[in-house]
Amino acid sequence: MLTCREITELVTDYLEGNLGLADRLRFQLHLGMCRHCRAYLRQLRATIAAMKKLSQPAPDEAMPTDVQAELLKRFRNWKS
Amino acid sequence: MADLPTAPDGPVSAPASSAAERALVARLLAGDEAAFVELVGRHHAPLRRLARVFVSSDASAEELVQETWVAVLDGLRGFEARASLKTWIFRILVNRAKTRREREARTTPLSALAPDAGAGDDDSGPAVDPARFDERGRWTAPPQHGSPEQALLDGETRARLAEAVAALPERQRALVVLRDIDGLTAEEACNVLGLSESNQRVLLHRARSRLRAELEQWMKR
Ligand SMILES: [Zn+2]
Repeated sequence: MLTCREITELVTDYLEGNLGLADRLRFQLHLGMCRHCRAYLRQLRATIAAMKKLSQPAPDEAMPTDVQAELLKRFRNWKS
Repeated sequence: MADLPTAPDGPVSAPASSAAERALVARLLAGDEAAFVELVGRHHAPLRRLARVFVSSDASAEELVQETWVAVLDGLRGFEARASLKTWIFRILVNRAKTRREREARTTPLSALAPDAGAGDDDSGPAVDPARFDERGRWTAPPQHGSPEQALLDGETRARLAEAVAALPERQRALVVLRDIDGLTAEEACNVLGLSESNQRVLLHRARSRLRAELEQWMKR
């Protein structure tokens, strides 16, 4: 039987699909019986999902047009 | 204690290119401007985010990315088409960041030097404060049971999350930026940052555990 503390150390390997079958089952068995660890996993998943949303670039993150023009000029020089 | 999965710790092989990438490389080599614009548009924001991990201002990050694109053009004809174009470009940025840092280190008085990359990274501690468990490893101070999704809908919390990422030690920050924000695979991230597979796992675990701990604090408010 895994302990709650072990769950918090194995959780990344669980989410990454790095646990073998036996450990994955032990992990899931614990989760089925422990609402605290379910809350923990839910928080971790929510954090990862929120991180993904940080990829939407803010308007100021777009490449400045003069830089884009300069790069394109270099590309034209490069290809000739 | 569960048997921790083990993986060979040797050098990570370079991720292979996708068919779409190979087609893009062919267009680039043929001088197709639209292909170049597409490439820059696709990778500019992620490159900028990664650059910002290694330099201290947005302006320097922008500079580093521009340097990277110039270096990409310089190297493109010699690019080995079997390798992944994306990780090749990202790796160029990481290498240029290192060069830049070495150059700055030579011209900066010792007292002003930033700590070495890796120093003080705190990559090993526990995911959760051990004081929150009893002697049998059960929660005594369990996590909040509210809705973390609800807490994260808030724009302010989103800004806090970005700040928490920025406060991570350099390698952890670079890794979560690549993995969790820009969606690179573990293999790609290892290749870009020169990490072993097992090192990548440890750093990712540490970084995500820290960010979750921050989220838990915000949920309490
Ligand atoms: Zn538990």
